[in-house]
Amino acid sequence: MTSIFQQTVQLPLYQLAHGRAGDKGNTSNISVIAWSPSCFELLVSQATEGKVAEWFGYRHPNKVTRYVLPKLLAMNFVLEGILDGGVNDALNLDTHGKGLSFWMMDMPIEVPQALAQQLSIKEYSKQAY
Amino acid sequence: MSTLSTSQSTQRPLYVGCATGFSGDRTDGAGPVVDTLIALGGGVLNFETLAERTLALAQIEKRKDPNMGYEPLLADLVSPVLKRCLDHNIQIVSNFGAANPQAAAQRIFAIAREQKLRTPRIAVVYGDDLTEPEQLNFLLKKLGTNIDPKRVVSANAYIGAYEIAQALNDGADIVVTGRVSDPSLTLGPAIAHFGWAMDDWHKMGCGTMAGHMLECGTQVSGGYYSVPGQKSVPGMDQIGFPIAEIRADGTFSVFKANNTGGLVDDRTGREQILYEVHDPARYLTPDVTADITEASITEEGLNRIRVEGIQGHPRPAELKVNVCYDNGFLAEAEISYAGFRARERAALAGETVRKRIGHLLPLRIDLIGAISIFGDDAGELMGKGLPEARDVRLRVAGVHIDKSIAEKILREVTSLYCCGPAGGGGVRTSLRPRLDTLSCTIPRESVPCGYRFVEEQHA
Repeated sequence: MTSIFQQTVQLPLYQLAHGRAGDKGNTSNISVIAWSPSCFELLVSQATEGKVAEWFGYRHPNKVTRYVLPKLLAMNFVLEGILDGGVNDALNLDTHGKGLSFWMMDMPIEVPQALAQQLSIKEYSKQAY
Repeated sequence: MSTLSTSQSTQRPLYVGCATGFSGDRTDGAGPVVDTLIALGGGVLNFETLAERTLALAQIEKRKDPNMGYEPLLADLVSPVLKRCLDHNIQIVSNFGAANPQAAAQRIFAIAREQKLRTPRIAVVYGDDLTEPEQLNFLLKKLGTNIDPKRVVSANAYIGAYEIAQALNDGADIVVTGRVSDPSLTLGPAIAHFGWAMDDWHKMGCGTMAGHMLECGTQVSGGYYSVPGQKSVPGMDQIGFPIAEIRADGTFSVFKANNTGGLVDDRTGREQILYEVHDPARYLTPDVTADITEASITEEGLNRIRVEGIQGHPRPAELKVNVCYDNGFLAEAEISYAGFRARERAALAGETVRKRIGHLLPLRIDLIGAISIFGDDAGELMGKGLPEARDVRLRVAGVHIDKSIAEKILREVTSLYCCGPAGGGGVRTSLRPRLDTLSCTIPRESVPCGYRFVEEQHA
């Protein structure tokens, strides 16, 4: 470990946040809600519009917009055009894209060692923070 | 802009419970909600039962039988709690009228009669249904579509809270609506209770977000939340439906019915407040442009959260309309493969179907157990490599305007029993008419909505 750069490990986003997907037409919104303020800070810097657009790239979003809500420790991602037409047109079993929050939850995030050790606690009980 | 009588204005909080989050939700949620409301001295009970397409399905039922077309589970929802609601000053406000609020009202009269209760005062909200020929022509022109009006199944405007509030102020025990904006089911009672002005945008925003927290039922109280080993929810088999305590200043708290399972905390609250929200500064309803950018959610106690910081801005100029129309047939067929090279056999089966009928219509192919839900219609993710899987179900889906073409999917998958790869079994097929939705906004003047009390019609 160098003295300047903190060593990091790659963790899936769900170690830092939870979230839920909703749909309107061909647009999905996915909330990403941090477990703690330190997780929130890290996510704001890493889960950018560009990175999320890339992570969902195989679904060819027309546009990805991120809204940051510090008071809720949350971000709201709006992904336009990723539902293959949405509840009317898509042939996917999950036409609403309800499961897409769990695709988001697998996005890799670089987490400093010190924080990662805290996150290795299995159950996300409030007492952990 | 009109304001309502403030005769009922009071500083006492208003309690609104919501006992369903969609048509098809559990029907036994209302009992504990009503008991809790009784303990709190009364309140309002919402049933939210209309998703985007539910109304179209209800119109189809109404066409078959003019006495149908309301929420099919209405009796299951209302029967267990009607007596308690009428005895304890709990008003029921629901969109379970769907395509036929009049018939829904008559069904409630019949339940009251069967249970030997007093005759409830029932108001219906009308005006959301825009299927008169001249209305349809106007809508189709506005949508810029040339679909045959005969294919239109339903056309409804999302109307707001004003008519609900008026009906309650006039003494309704029960308000039955068709399409209204979901949060309006909660905002309407708050307007009636506090005498809020319809252009008090801050209060409209607060009441709307209280409704937003309730409108999906248990989604705020531990439903749609649990991940075993990560996010635990106790008693999921008996999750309590939510209740909001709305105060005169617009702040509100959310908790759940007494003696139930589930969980209300800052995390369940945060997931729900952002649910189906796009721009958090502009959550649009017929009543207001609600703004949650400064909203906060804090725990006030066990299973109780407080929501503050909601703002409101002037309502949108126009009303949103959904037009649902017949658009061909959705065919789906599945067959399973298990054991060694199951994934390869399922994939070969899918390719076989594609070779035979892929030129007739676009096909979606899923390998359930390897990749299905995350995949896209074009199969791009599937092309990036598949996990090994020993228990795989092939699903082939497609849509065609011509029923006989769509049916070929069913026949081709069924024929895999003999003509496909080894060991295929468990074929299931389904063919359903497909409904598509178009949306636009129209001037409020084009939607002449109102409410009226209905009389019981004796057979």
